[in-house]
Order: sequence, then structure tokens, then C-alpha cells
Amino acid sequence: MTTPARSVERIAPRRQGNWDWRAAGNFIAGGAGGGLLANATVLAVWLGLDERLPLAAGLVMIGIGLTCVWFEIGRPWRALNVFRHFGSSWMTREAYVALFAMCVGVVAIVYGTLPAVTATGLLGLMFIYAQGRILAANKGIPAWRHPNCLSLVLATGLAEGAGLLALLAWGASWWRYPAALLLLFCLWRLWAWRRYFAALRSDGAPSGTIKAFGDMATMFIWAGNAVPAALVFAAVLMAVPLLVALAGILALAGGWWMKYTLVCRAAFTQGFALPKQPVRGKGQAGPAVKPGWQWSTWLTR
Amino acid sequence: MKRYAMVIDLRRCVGCQTCTAACKSANATPPGVQWRRVLDLESGEFPDVRRSFVPVACMHCANPPCEEVCPTTATKKRADGLVTIDYDICIGCANCIMACPYDARSIVHEPRYAYGSQPIASEAARADDQRIGVATKCTFCKDRIDLAERTGQVPGRDHEVTPACVNSCISGAMHFGDVLDPESNVARLLADNESFRMHEELGTAPSVHYLLDQR
Repeated sequence: MTTPARSVERIAPRRQGNWDWRAAGNFIAGGAGGGLLANATVLAVWLGLDERLPLAAGLVMIGIGLTCVWFEIGRPWRALNVFRHFGSSWMTREAYVALFAMCVGVVAIVYGTLPAVTATGLLGLMFIYAQGRILAANKGIPAWRHPNCLSLVLATGLAEGAGLLALLAWGASWWRYPAALLLLFCLWRLWAWRRYFAALRSDGAPSGTIKAFGDMATMFIWAGNAVPAALVFAAVLMAVPLLVALAGILALAGGWWMKYTLVCRAAFTQGFALPKQPVRGKGQAGPAVKPGWQWSTWLTR
Repeated sequence: MKRYAMVIDLRRCVGCQTCTAACKSANATPPGVQWRRVLDLESGEFPDVRRSFVPVACMHCANPPCEEVCPTTATKKRADGLVTIDYDICIGCANCIMACPYDARSIVHEPRYAYGSQPIASEAARADDQRIGVATKCTFCKDRIDLAERTGQVPGRDHEVTPACVNSCISGAMHFGDVLDPESNVARLLADNESFRMHEELGTAPSVHYLLDQR
């Protein structure tokens, strides 16, 4: 039983202020870059296409993301210390994956060997996975530690990568293949989003988190996923590659806005709670308090 | 083998914030940074209203999520239960701040002073550049605990080696000691009273216990 409680700063959940657009930039650019590496590799292995340009673009995106983080950290000249905790830190693992992806990716671009291309794609996928695990390990942010968040981050990275690949394929003869990947990953992302948001609401989350996601949900579902999927269908049916490029832009923009929301706007802290209030003098213990959560009764009035 | 813990009797805390002030004084934290603070929880509706005071800080968890996510190994858990930060290694990535469910950590990116852009004499004397751009938090007054190892004094019993907040508590609500020693004050309090740990469901196993009622 939860009773009303006055919402005072830093008792109820509050929006985290330590990771701003620079941290979000890593998830946005790095996630899209990793997705591009994975998508490009699928086409290279599947069709034998020359994917050097997408691979290079994917590596650049990852580099941009990591540069954003470098501008965020408090002691940038010690940044190499990030490699010190492989045993349990997903941030360390992400850094190693990025390093390996850069090295193997350059080999893939220069020599174009299938093993190197395949390894680069797998490393791109691992990079997105590591980003999802970074968020999941952060127990202080309920929206991130939710078990359904990881699949959403993965689906988003792959959808963004497919969107970028669709843009790069504009004017090429093989534009239908990235279109198929874009359709697949947009539908996966749509499913992952609905599953994540529904679970957040039913399991309980800070009310600020629910509001931030609620504000963007309709636009994200339609403009970020449903419309791109419809555009892909239309493009294939009418043989208009321009529509696939447009779908790619929408999928990319939708994913970036969702990730910015996830990292910056919907990232509320845990807040504090009492299982019951202490006995004072000879009185009785009071009921539980947990201010600022979605299912707190004071919020639903 | 020791395992230091803090026991806070919520029946006794009056919300005076003396522990907050003592912590700021002992650790010279800058304006806006409070390693220890006291939550003032008002709840209920007139005429059935309640007010509870809950001192919070780093919980020195047995399973610290901050230590797990730290990419540099700057955050470590000691054998005696204290969770520490090595300011020489920390890169200020703030991942530990996101991992902490207790809002216990802070990063200050530039020096802050109480009165304008220049430090007053006491601030200048205690300024520590090591703490700029890195994560900081309550240390359980680590230097005092380490002193106890050298002198044989007992944290929680001897004031010189007891955290400043515990020493300062005017109502006897805060206690500190080795929870593995059944004769310690904290072990006895936990045996005799109903207690809980904040957000225990997250699996962090905090070392700060709150007393609610007698058993």
C-alpha cells in the first residue's frame, strides 16, 4: 500500500543530468554505425556486393560516437583508462569492440576479404549489444535496467543501420536488398518498442519516464516505423527507389529521437522509498511511501 | 575479517541535518554536493499525515553496481566492505552515477566556492584538485577506519575512528561498527529490531540498515 507523499527534489525520481547529448551521441551515432556494419556485412556475404563504402561509413559513425563521449568525460586525457576493467564493465567491453572493429574494418576495406568483412559485421553487432548492456547494467535508472530495453536498443541500432544502408544504396541496382532489411528491422523495432513500453507501464516506472516516452510514442510508432515500412512496400511495388531512401531517413530520425529520449529525457533516477514508516513514540508504523512512481496513488489522482 | 556497516534508527532521527553539516565540514565538499543528506518525507492527507526523516549517502553495497560498471577499476570494494574511488584513475565518465540507485555520487567539473569565484581561506586550505572531474561520494570516513587499523581502536566505539556523521548525531540515531562481530553495537541493534535496507530488491546488498520498530 502506498500513501501520498510530498514530491521533494531528490526524494522522488529526477531526470539524470550527468549524461547529456554527448553521451546520447555515442548511442545514436555508434548504434547506427554498428547497425550499418552489420547490415552491410549481411549484403556482402549474401550477395557478394562491394560494401567498402558502408563499412567505412559505419566505422566513422562509431568514431563520431566515441568522440562525443570523449567530450563528455571529466578527465579526457585519461580516457585510455577505459580499457582497464574488461572483467565486468560493459563500457570497457564496448571500447575493446570499437578498437577491434576499427582494426578489422580497415583490413576489410583495404583487402575486401570475406573473413574480415564478416568479422567487421559481427563486431558492429557486438558494439550495439555492448551499448544495450551498458544501459542494462545501470541499476540507478529504471528505464534502462528493464529487461526489455536491450532488445529495443538492438532493434533500433539495426533499423538505423538499415536506414543508412538504404540511403547509401540510392541509385544503385541493389536497392531492394537494404529495403528488405529495413522493413524487417523496422517491424522488429516496432514490436520491441511496444513490448518495452507496455512492460514499463505494467511493472512500474518513474512517472517522468512514462511521460517522456508517452510524449514521443505516437510519433515514433508512425513516423519512425509504420510509415517507413509502408514506404518500403510502396517502393518495391512501384519500383521507386527514392521511397526507400525516404524510409531510411525516417527510420534513422525516429531511432535517433527515441535514443535521445531514452538516454536524456526519460532517464529518471530510482528515487527513495520506505517499506513502512517508522514507529514514533507509542504510535503505529505508517504505510509504505514511494513518491514519484507511476503506480503511486497520489500520481493517479 | 570485518564488515563495516551503518545502522540508522529512523524512530530517533529528527531531521536536524547535523550529520549533513558534519560531513560537509569533515570532507570539504563543494557547494551543491552533499555526500550525506537527510530526506524529509511528508506523506498522508490531513488529518492523517506523517513525516519521516531518512539519512542517506553511499550505502557501501556488498554487491556495488558502481564497481561492476566502472570501466577503469577506480571504484573498488575493500575487504572490510568500504566502497572506494581512486581519484587518480577515474575518468569521470559518470557510468557509476547511473548505476547507483541511491543517488549517492557526484561529479564536479570545475571548482565551486561558497562565496563567488574565489575560495575563502578555509576552502583554499582544503582545496583538492584531485576531486575535480571525477566521481566522488561518501567514504565512510575511510581515513578514520584506516587509522583504527593502525591504532587498534574500534570504529563505532572510539570517536576518533568513527565517521563524522555518526559522531555528530544529536539523537543517537546513527551507529557504526563491524556487523560480523556479534558483540558490536550494530549487530545487537539489528538482532533486536526490525530493519530494512533501501532498494534491497535490486540485489545491491547495502551496508546501511534502517531500524523501523522493535521486534
